[in-house]
Amino acid sequence: MSGSLNMIGYGLAAIGSAIGVGLIFAAYINGVARQPEAQRILQPIAMLGFALAEALAILGLVFAFVIK
Amino acid sequence: MFAFALPMASEEGGFVPPTVSDTHLPEIFPWMAEYGTGFGKQMLMIVLSIVLISWFFTAAIKNPKLVPGKMQYLAESGYAFVRNGIGRDIIGEKNFRPWIPLLFATFFFVLLNNLFGAIPFLQLPSFSHAGSAYAMAIIIYGTWIAVGLKNHGIRYFKLAVTPAGVSPVMLILLVPLEIISNFIVRPLTHSLRLMATMLAGHIIVMLAASGARHLIVVQESLALNGVGVLVIAGSVAMYFLELLIMVLQAFVFTLLTAIYIQGALEADAH
Repeated sequence: MSGSLNMIGYGLAAIGSAIGVGLIFAAYINGVARQPEAQRILQPIAMLGFALAEALAILGLVFAFVIK
Repeated sequence: MFAFALPMASEEGGFVPPTVSDTHLPEIFPWMAEYGTGFGKQMLMIVLSIVLISWFFTAAIKNPKLVPGKMQYLAESGYAFVRNGIGRDIIGEKNFRPWIPLLFATFFFVLLNNLFGAIPFLQLPSFSHAGSAYAMAIIIYGTWIAVGLKNHGIRYFKLAVTPAGVSPVMLILLVPLEIISNFIVRPLTHSLRLMATMLAGHIIVMLAASGARHLIVVQESLALNGVGVLVIAGSVAMYFLELLIMVLQAFVFTLLTAIYIQGALEADAH
């Protein structure tokens, strides 16, 4: 069995942004459950936060492939 | 059943898992590479998707009826989803109308190109190649910067990187961060998110197929052959997960497009 340790490193790094994305959507669901009419205001904020948090995981994936 | 279209695992010795380079299929017209770019399977599928989308929507509304048929209903509800669910909700009641064509085209183009990954024989999402995803993201990057410049003039760049209501001391810290996040990381992640999820889905298909083939064809032991059958059964579940991810990524891509355009339109509001 051979392979790149980069992928294990990337898997560990992805935990961070996975927790971040989970927290963002937990807060979003909470907010909508308490105040359903706020959904339209909350959705873009949640999506922007999700995009920012996931950016780290995506950069990690790219570096895992690029850096040898 | 998928295995014939895939790179064969090595016959003798151990199992060789598929790599990213296996998604780069040989070019269809190699002579075109001399004129700047090659013409591969992804480009063929992008042309196919444009033909299919324009055929479907023109056929669906050719003779519109008050009580819509199946095709007209599908086309109309798809249009209403993008118009109301993405355009009106994100960009706002006042100025979402000029953006419906862009959002509509983006959503269905990305959706169909993703779904190609779930159709047998095509079985390759066009955006699993970074180049096609970069092209999409550059179009949208150029669009929202142009929108910002048109609405706010050159002051847009200042508005985009200085959050309101922050003390000047904090601005020293925040402005570089905002420049990096808005103008460098944003288009990169916009394209790479789409590419990475599609590539991961395709690699899972390749891994399941070549792994199952190796277990069933190459291995002698009956127990391992059984595991190979289990891998095929499991890959059906992964197929449906991938289907969900494909639709979701098309939605997220279009939603982020709308959010970026809205941010450029109302850069002075926050």
